[in-house]
Amino acid sequence: MEILTPEKLAEHFQAKIDADIKIEPNDWMPDNYRKTLIRQISQHAHSEIVGMLPEGNWITRAPSLRRKAVLLAKVQDEAGHGLYLYSATETLGISREETIDDLHEGRVKYSSIFNYPTLTWADMGAVGWLVDGAAIMNQVALCRTSYGPYARAMVKICKEESFHQRQGYEIMTILMNGTELQKAMAQDALNRFWWPALMMFGPSDAESKHTEQSMRWRIKRYTNDELRQSFVDATVPQAELIGLSIPDPKLKWNEERGHYDFGDIDWDEFWQVVGGNGPCNKERIEARVKAKEEGAWVRDAAMAFAEKRKLRQNQ
Amino acid sequence: MSANEWPLWEVFIRSKQGLNHKHVGSLRAPDAEMALQNARDVYTRRSEGISIWVVQSSLISASDPTEADALFEPADTKIYRHPTFYDLPDGIEHM
Ligand SMILES: [Fe+2]
Ligand SMILES: [Fe+2]
Repeated sequence: MEILTPEKLAEHFQAKIDADIKIEPNDWMPDNYRKTLIRQISQHAHSEIVGMLPEGNWITRAPSLRRKAVLLAKVQDEAGHGLYLYSATETLGISREETIDDLHEGRVKYSSIFNYPTLTWADMGAVGWLVDGAAIMNQVALCRTSYGPYARAMVKICKEESFHQRQGYEIMTILMNGTELQKAMAQDALNRFWWPALMMFGPSDAESKHTEQSMRWRIKRYTNDELRQSFVDATVPQAELIGLSIPDPKLKWNEERGHYDFGDIDWDEFWQVVGGNGPCNKERIEARVKAKEEGAWVRDAAMAFAEKRKLRQNQ
Repeated sequence: MSANEWPLWEVFIRSKQGLNHKHVGSLRAPDAEMALQNARDVYTRRSEGISIWVVQSSLISASDPTEADALFEPADTKIYRHPTFYDLPDGIEHM
C-alpha cells in the first residue's frame, strides 16, 4: 500500500470536499477541520440546551393548557437537538464530559441570543418566530455541511424545528388580534428581540475570522451576511401581515438588489454579550452548572442500579 | 471518560413492519433497558418507529476507511454480477 504524506492526505481530503463527498468519523481529516467542527458543533449543542432556559421559564405560566403542552413539546425537542449534536461532537473524539466542562468553565460559547431575558408571554411568540426562525435559516443551510454526522443531525433537527417557528408566529398573530394591551406586548417583544435575532448570524463577513476556511471546507455553505439577509427578507413580510412594525427606521425594500436594506447592527452590544456581559450570561451558566451538580446523584444511582441488575442477572 | 460516565449506545429503529431497522443516532445510558427507554423518548417522538434496537457502541466492529479501496473496489470490476451485462435476443422484454 502506498504511504500517504500529510500533503497528499490533505489534497485527497480537499478533493473529497470539492466533490461534495461527506467526511465520516473515521476518515482522515486535518486537525484544524476537526477542531473547527468540535468548536462549532459543541457550541451549537450548548445553544440548544441553554436555549431551553428562557422558554422553560414560561412553561408553568403558559396561558392555556394547549399553550403549555406546545411549549413543553418544543422545549423537549430542544433537549433532543442538544443530544444529537453532543453525539455528533463525540464522533470527533472528544468526550461528552469534556465538552460540557468547556461550556461550564467558559471555554466555549453558546448563541448570544439566550443571554436575553424572556419578560412577558409575548416573548414566547418572539422567540419561536424570530429565534427559531433564525436558527432554522442557519440549520437548513447546514443540512449540506461536509461532515456526515453533523449533516445528519441537522436534517433531523430541521424536521423537528418546523413547528417551533409556527407556534411562535401563532402566538404573535393571536396577540395582534387581541386588545390594545396585547398588541403592545407583542410589539414590545419584537422590539427587544429583533436586533439580537439579527446578531444570531454572527459577525459580518468582513469581521468573521472563521468564515473563509469554513467555506473552503464546506462546513459553512453560506456566509453570515447572506443568511442574515435571507432572514430579514423572509421575516419582514410576516411582521407586516399581522400589523407589527420592525424597529428599524432604515429598513426599506431595495428594488434593485431584490432585498431589504436594513440599519446597522450594534456590534458593541454583540461583543459585550458574547464576552459575558449580557443581561443573563451569569444566570444561564449557573443554571447549567447547578443542573449538572444537583443531578449527579441521579446519574450515579442509575449507574449503580444498572450494575446491581447486571450482577443479579449473572448469578 | 470518567468512571461514572454512562456508556454510549447506537440506536436503530424499524419505522414500520416489513422494513429493516435503520441507524438513527446514539445516546448515553447506564444499561440496555434505560437505553431503550431513552431512545423511545428522543427518537420516536413523532411516530418514527414501531421497534427499537440498541447496541453498545463499543461492541461494534467497523471496517477501516483507509482499506475501503482494497475491500470494495474488486466488486466494481465484476460487472457480470449485474443483469445488464447479458445480451438478450430481440423479442424478450422481461427476464
Ligand atoms: Fe433546536
Ligand atoms: Fe427550536
